[in-house]
Amino acid sequence: MLGLFFLLFNLGIAYSDFFKYHLRWFITAVALQRYRGKGASELITIKKYVRAESLEQAYQLNQKRSNRILGGMLWMKMSSNTVQCAIDLSDVISREIDEREDSFVIGAMTPLRELETNKSLNQYTCGAIRESLRSIVGIQFRNTATVGGSVYGRFGFSDVLTMLLALDTSVQLYRGGIVPLETYANMPYDNDIIVNIIIKKTPLKTAYMSSRNTRTDFPVLACAISFYKDEQRVVIGARPQKAMIIRADENVQKLIDSEAEVYAQALAGQVKREVLTSSNMRGSAEYRRHLAYVLTKRASLHILDPKEAGIC
Amino acid sequence: MLIKMWLNGKAVRAHIKSDTLLLDFVREQGCKSVKYGCDTANCGLCTVMLEGEPVLSCSTLAARVEGKHVVTLEGLQDEAREFGEFLADQGADQCGYCNPGFIMNILAMMKELDDPTDDEIKEYLAGNLCRCSGFVGQMRSIRNYIKSKKEGRHAAEESA
Amino acid sequence: MQQKNQHDYSVVNHSVRKKDAMALVTGQPVFMDDVVQNHCLTVKLLHSPHAHARIRSIDTSRALQVAGIECVLTYKDVPQKRFTLAGQTYPEPSPYDRLILDKELRFVGDVVAIVAGETKKAVDQAMKRIKVDYEILDPVLDFRTAKDNPVIVHPEENWISLCPVGADNKRNLCASGMEAEGDVDSILDSCDYVVERTYHTKACQQAMMETFRTYTKLDPYGRLIVTSSTQIPFHVRRILANALDIKKSRIRVCKPRIGGGFGAKQTAVSEIYPAIVTMKTGKAAKIIFSRYESQIASSPRHEMEVKVKIGADRTGIIQAIDVYSLSNTGAFGEHGPTTVGLSGHKSIPLYGKAKAFRFAYDVVYTNQMSAGAYRGYGATQGFFAVESAVNELADNMHMDPFVLRRINMVQEGQIMPAYYGEKNTSCALDRCLDRVKEMIGWDEKYPSKDMGNGKVRGVGLAIAMQGSGISNVDVGSATVKLNDDGFYTLSIGASDMGTGCDTILSQIAAEELGCSLDDVTVFGVDTDASPYDSGSYASSTTYITGQAVVKACRELKKRIAEYSKKYPGLSLKEIGNQSMAGNDISLEVTSMHTSPVSPPPFMAGAAEVEVDKETGQVELIDYAAVVDCGTTVNPNLARVQVEGGLVQGIGMALYENIQYTDKGKLRNNSFMQYKIPTRQDIGDIHVEFESSYENSGPYGAKSIGEIVINTPGPAIADAVYHATGLRFRELPITPEMIAMGLDEEE
Repeated sequence: MLGLFFLLFNLGIAYSDFFKYHLRWFITAVALQRYRGKGASELITIKKYVRAESLEQAYQLNQKRSNRILGGMLWMKMSSNTVQCAIDLSDVISREIDEREDSFVIGAMTPLRELETNKSLNQYTCGAIRESLRSIVGIQFRNTATVGGSVYGRFGFSDVLTMLLALDTSVQLYRGGIVPLETYANMPYDNDIIVNIIIKKTPLKTAYMSSRNTRTDFPVLACAISFYKDEQRVVIGARPQKAMIIRADENVQKLIDSEAEVYAQALAGQVKREVLTSSNMRGSAEYRRHLAYVLTKRASLHILDPKEAGIC
Repeated sequence: MLIKMWLNGKAVRAHIKSDTLLLDFVREQGCKSVKYGCDTANCGLCTVMLEGEPVLSCSTLAARVEGKHVVTLEGLQDEAREFGEFLADQGADQCGYCNPGFIMNILAMMKELDDPTDDEIKEYLAGNLCRCSGFVGQMRSIRNYIKSKKEGRHAAEESA
Repeated sequence: MQQKNQHDYSVVNHSVRKKDAMALVTGQPVFMDDVVQNHCLTVKLLHSPHAHARIRSIDTSRALQVAGIECVLTYKDVPQKRFTLAGQTYPEPSPYDRLILDKELRFVGDVVAIVAGETKKAVDQAMKRIKVDYEILDPVLDFRTAKDNPVIVHPEENWISLCPVGADNKRNLCASGMEAEGDVDSILDSCDYVVERTYHTKACQQAMMETFRTYTKLDPYGRLIVTSSTQIPFHVRRILANALDIKKSRIRVCKPRIGGGFGAKQTAVSEIYPAIVTMKTGKAAKIIFSRYESQIASSPRHEMEVKVKIGADRTGIIQAIDVYSLSNTGAFGEHGPTTVGLSGHKSIPLYGKAKAFRFAYDVVYTNQMSAGAYRGYGATQGFFAVESAVNELADNMHMDPFVLRRINMVQEGQIMPAYYGEKNTSCALDRCLDRVKEMIGWDEKYPSKDMGNGKVRGVGLAIAMQGSGISNVDVGSATVKLNDDGFYTLSIGASDMGTGCDTILSQIAAEELGCSLDDVTVFGVDTDASPYDSGSYASSTTYITGQAVVKACRELKKRIAEYSKKYPGLSLKEIGNQSMAGNDISLEVTSMHTSPVSPPPFMAGAAEVEVDKETGQVELIDYAAVVDCGTTVNPNLARVQVEGGLVQGIGMALYENIQYTDKGKLRNNSFMQYKIPTRQDIGDIHVEFESSYENSGPYGAKSIGEIVINTPGPAIADAVYHATGLRFRELPITPEMIAMGLDEEE
């Protein structure tokens, strides 16, 4: 069944943006259904475990459809698939955040907890990166989940993807080279390997907010905002589909020097009009649109109001 | 496949399957304190230390701990007893099923956080569920434990 | 606050550590999966994907070919006598509507086949190879349409109802009935203020940390030895004998330490499966329910829709209460006939001045998961309805809900017609209510306060009662014996599931015997060796089994005195040693206790919430509770019981949602989807006690196990109402309900 969807998916990608958009959401929903439904009662079967000794070896192994790269394995463990060969990249991909003069180069195997606690990254993002991660299940979970796994998954509920899309982020692929995250987010699943996540230290102010039914649940809606020099970017995730970017249009941009409340409401209004939401177990499409307005407004105020602004 | 690793300070060589979970592995090795509580990485009952950091053993392949150090509550009995007395003094141990994973994470927290606020403690331990105690008795235990550690340090410093 | 009970006990009313505390906190191997032999068959269940279906054919041949598979059982392989899985005293009020495996499947999750094999992997593989051809039938998925629905959940001829509970399987009725006193209708007509509303609660899960699990083996004498995580060891013995159609004498049930129950394990959810495998194969077998299975095929709370009509006169005295409960027992009737009763019997009697009441109910079968026993046992659902109705009545009358309760609530000494006509022999509810009002800061905070930053706070309160055991039914026993060196062994049949009853009963024994707690060792439950006990449910252990302990100890003291008379001048240690030779005065006593009354514990609970008007998020700022459980045998353990129950109630009120697909499949089938509160989801919780003294209970104690979950639903709902002006009559109250409700009003 899933094979058929992937086939359709790949065909769809080639021919239609609309198709691409909806199918991706559908795939996520189906994938999640496996974790939600009967699949939740069974665990992954792995026939062979290989600790890759080189990226090339890992890449070659990953070309086979039934093989998988191991990230934190948290999602993979819950699927009831059979993986012929699980490829562990622990020896060939970094688990660390390498801060350079103009960027952060984050190894794909870096645990989410590392990002959450990294002082420089939090300084650069005004504490937003920590805010985007601290509600994800628990410390033990975040010690295990990797940023590469989160980015590769491009899940709808992903706080990580939502946050990173608000920053000047690129994905460094083994064969595919450096791809802007905005592009990567819309690419189909493939057999390339994420080596690093690169965040350029482009000057910005950023904030992250989410609304959740319980403190460590999936977000009902996620919102990351960045104000660049010439761009105000809003990223809305968990729609429940994966994050989409909405850039302030001309009319809204014109108001950037008005009172904070005026700008915030204008931006929030645009987001509410343009965001695409759906209903699921956690909330209705309408509530999500409502939240998109509220969170956009609040995040903007947080950035614009000098009293509100965090550590930036 | 054969793995060689350290479990509670002892070298262990064992045969495992590629998809043997660390949780099953440590239980087979006799570390029964590590528990299954859920299927979805939500409960924290399976918490073990991997190279000193708390992780979910239900979502870690045994194969991945080749050459690494894993510690369970069986290897932290003195520390468990030390904190455990505070928990017992509140009656907050209750059914005890969540206790090992909970205590493992507290020990990790004591290493990582210095003088945490209540909110910081709650956030650190958010991934440890409990259905019996209602959490507040656990919080009282932690507060008393931290206080006692501080006083112990004080006393040690003063006598030094 | 002055305690009414001034007794100064040596062991009772002291916060001693549980006897098993240090073992638990150091992670000793004491639970079922830690103590049984590793080498045994793994048993797993194939679950129905359909809410209502019949098996046209089931082919297990390919499954049996998997290496290591011992057996694959289907409906063709089981006895055809129906039984119930409910842990209740015989004759059980729950209908005998179960087979171990049935050709007809009645809910998504119902068991289709049992697979047993050497390894988990073999069993998983075999499960995938079972071919089932289902004839899909129309399901009944809305309990409001179940009664007299053309689709019948239990059409079978051999369905039996042992007791007159008003059951009729042909009408999808598991129970129905009505009780009344006085002329409710005309009194309500004459009331100055009347509120008539309908309330809805869902099938919440106990979600104890240790899932259902059982291990079975045959001993060398051919007896079935069952080690199970169960609250009802003796009932399990009967249930298995019925299910397997073998003699009860062939079965022995042992209980290890249990990782929580809350009523879930008052139904024999897991035992029959490894039991039949062991009987068929002669081999030891073990089943451990995954969390998924514990969510979809377990024994959750009965979904209920409760209609309340309540009327008061001009001065606010409640004149009459009319309650109708519609309860959804799901595919099987465990605890159906009995839970519904509490929805009226525990809620209505709180209002002692009412001149008339009527309580009618229907319990219906549907093609959803079979409900069971969950802390509160029907009272919780009833309290959400009645206490909310009382709060709405107060609102109608522009009266403070505290005052409305204060002038109406039942007093000590009153007869309670709606509570089996029992007398209220011990009641500190007035003190509980007064104190909780102080604790929450009611006067400063009622009804609400706009915080000025987009948030608004509100307070709400509720009162509750429960029972202490099932009067004239529940039985508790204790055996106490004096050993050499003068220590005592206490043997009980009551099941400690983490509550600490082993310790509490030891405290009672130590107090009665005049020894230290360390001199009492406790022997846990083994149906061969332990004295009979109904089991740990209905809040019976302290009150009923505790009194059995008192009786046994008193009798033992008499015997020791008798021995002393024969051999004067001996210390207890010397008596212990000497009595083992040339002695015919048995220094071991078994006593049994039952009670004609079930004296209610009482409590008051108050919530303070802060609502974010834009997102609808509710933050629970503070929850205060004051409980009258009579004497607190162990104040620490009593307090933690309250805290734990409150958090479960808070979960039911705000977080724990039950959602189905339109085909009847439960969507909240994991902790990822069913959100029990984490420590960040609750605010401050403050618990105090105002103790009455119950003469019929051990050292004045009543009970505390269940009442503790009853107040958060209505208290939080009213707090949200005061904060937002939105009245919610269905739980859980989600942020979306609030945000969109407020949005609509604008």
